[in-house]
Amino acid sequence: MRLVILDDYDLASEWAAKYIRNRIVQFKPSADRFFTLGLPTGSTPYGCYQKLIEYYRHGDISFKYVKTFNMDEYVGLPRAHPESYHSYMWNNFFKHIDIDPANAHILDGNAQNLEEECQAYEQKIAEAGGIELFVGGIGPDGHIAFNEPGSSLVSRTRVKTLAKDTIVANARFFGNDLFKVPTMALTVGVGTVMDAKEVMILITGAHKAFALYKAIEEGVNHMWTVSAFQQHPRTIFVCDEDATLELRVKTVKYFKGLMHVHNKLVDPVLSIKDQ
Amino acid sequence: MPSNKSVSDAPITQFINCRILRDNELQREDLWVREGRILDPEKLFFDEQGYADKRVDCEGSIIAPGFIDVQINGGYGIDFSQASEDVSDGVSFVAKKILEHGVTSFCPTLVTSPPEVYHKVLPQVKVHDGGPHGAGVLGFHLEGPFISAEKKGAHPEKYLRTFKSGGLEHLMEVYGSLDDVAIVTLAPELPGSQSVVRELSQRGITVSLGEHRVLLLVSESVSVQPGRFHALSNPSVSAVVQFHHRDPGIVGLLTSDGIPAGRAVYYGMIADGIHTNPAALRIAHRAHPSGLVLVTDAITAMGLPPGRHTLGQQVIEIQGLHAYVAGTKTLSGSIATMDMCVRHFKQASGCSVQEALEAASLHPAQLLGISPKKGKLDYGSDADLVLLDEGLHVKATYISGEEVWRKGQ
Repeated sequence: MRLVILDDYDLASEWAAKYIRNRIVQFKPSADRFFTLGLPTGSTPYGCYQKLIEYYRHGDISFKYVKTFNMDEYVGLPRAHPESYHSYMWNNFFKHIDIDPANAHILDGNAQNLEEECQAYEQKIAEAGGIELFVGGIGPDGHIAFNEPGSSLVSRTRVKTLAKDTIVANARFFGNDLFKVPTMALTVGVGTVMDAKEVMILITGAHKAFALYKAIEEGVNHMWTVSAFQQHPRTIFVCDEDATLELRVKTVKYFKGLMHVHNKLVDPVLSIKDQ
Repeated sequence: MPSNKSVSDAPITQFINCRILRDNELQREDLWVREGRILDPEKLFFDEQGYADKRVDCEGSIIAPGFIDVQINGGYGIDFSQASEDVSDGVSFVAKKILEHGVTSFCPTLVTSPPEVYHKVLPQVKVHDGGPHGAGVLGFHLEGPFISAEKKGAHPEKYLRTFKSGGLEHLMEVYGSLDDVAIVTLAPELPGSQSVVRELSQRGITVSLGEHRVLLLVSESVSVQPGRFHALSNPSVSAVVQFHHRDPGIVGLLTSDGIPAGRAVYYGMIADGIHTNPAALRIAHRAHPSGLVLVTDAITAMGLPPGRHTLGQQVIEIQGLHAYVAGTKTLSGSIATMDMCVRHFKQASGCSVQEALEAASLHPAQLLGISPKKGKLDYGSDADLVLLDEGLHVKATYISGEEVWRKGQ
């Protein structure tokens, strides 16, 4: 695991965006060889999306040969609802970049048959050649995507009923009315994300600190599903100072001491203009 | 491939680098158009996996719905009220020229005239869509002859009329036809007017209460005489209340609690800086901002260069934005263009950019009952657009998504 610690949210967002940019540019995607990217939603990755849009606007990256797979989507929420993950991705990312709509995949929470939708999604990922880089976040209860505490660590894409914690955390997007928050969601499984060649988890804010502690300093445990990535060969956790508040000082010092190594991954920052 | 053609394979245009007037504010959003209407790009992306065929870089322009002029008597030497053989050509000529002012739809206006004029002119022009040929005609605005002799303004007194018994039939005798009429201005204090107003509204024609002194009468009678008030309470009537002069007595009507909830009152204002006192503009805007409709009330001399012009029986002298009866200091009418009115209104009233733009687009559309098809940039609205710079000068005009005028060409 690499634990990359930046001073604040903006710097963490920028580091993550630079990393994604370098990975895509280095990969040299083309019509025969797409870069497959797994994507999250929520307030944590927002800053990262803003930076990626900026890089696109400056002509430094293109998403023309990038295929994206989002982690999750609510069940039963109209796609045009402002809080659906389709709306989030359109407004905060897709509408600003040059991705081909046919290559932007998001689970359909209004599908006639939800199980079939989930299986079809796994199929699409396989047909795309698997995910090159899966970007994710972490919930306050340590979940990755909607893999709530108790989710199998080898789970696949499926329907999940949301935990109370998650519903409460999401209420702020639904006018603080708990009854308006969807209770089910389609989500990629822990196993689905583990299949990716590389996983990058973004964690910012003090309210996520305990979950980060549980995820990396304690054992692999299905109650804190992000801990599964301790067993992935290539995981990067990108966080800000606040998110490290529950970690041991020794852990933080060790990884901060490695920043000069980590920074080689984003410095120099690459551009398609130079290719 | 721009879309999977599941809905349509018509070409899609995306206007980028612009600020659009939507939901009463200027938003930094792209505007998408297909088949002459505003398109929902999110639906296009997810449902059709589509994207734009063509991108238009607006270079930071403001995009507003095309302006709608509901009171314009002519221009460029053309007088709509003149009973000539080629009224249609005259209307078309003006329709094409006003594209330069950002006007995409209008109501050619006829002042008080004898029946022969109406019988000759009205059948020659039909309601029709705009396009590269010119702004769309929404229907005639018949201003008179059923207006009050007390405040006739420039209307020739000898042709003013009152309603004979049989209200609407009499109206039909005078006008000949109401098929392509969008607005009728009349004086509600004329006996017999109530049934006329009702019948006109039932035909979908907007009724306008003419001349400001009449307004005072109406505003007083709104609370005093419930019977008279009936004209305003007809659900399909949206009353346009006009005043050309400096008297802010309109406030009494606009802020009257006699107007039932859910009913809208609109009032036309000529914001050329000459015909309406800036204080009156400010007061009216603050009293009832959502009802303010900018109109040019432009006369034949609008668009003509400075100097003397012989128009019909009159000789007019144009000096800047003033049009005088030649050799006098008597104003003969307004010659400001719609975009000038928008700029002046903003400056005189201190309103926001969006309020100024809505007064020339959204409010006239609402008045005529054609919103949101016209006057808005909602998904599904007609793509009649005006591109403006920071100072609200027109850079380009579009009708049904097609560029019909561009500055410098």
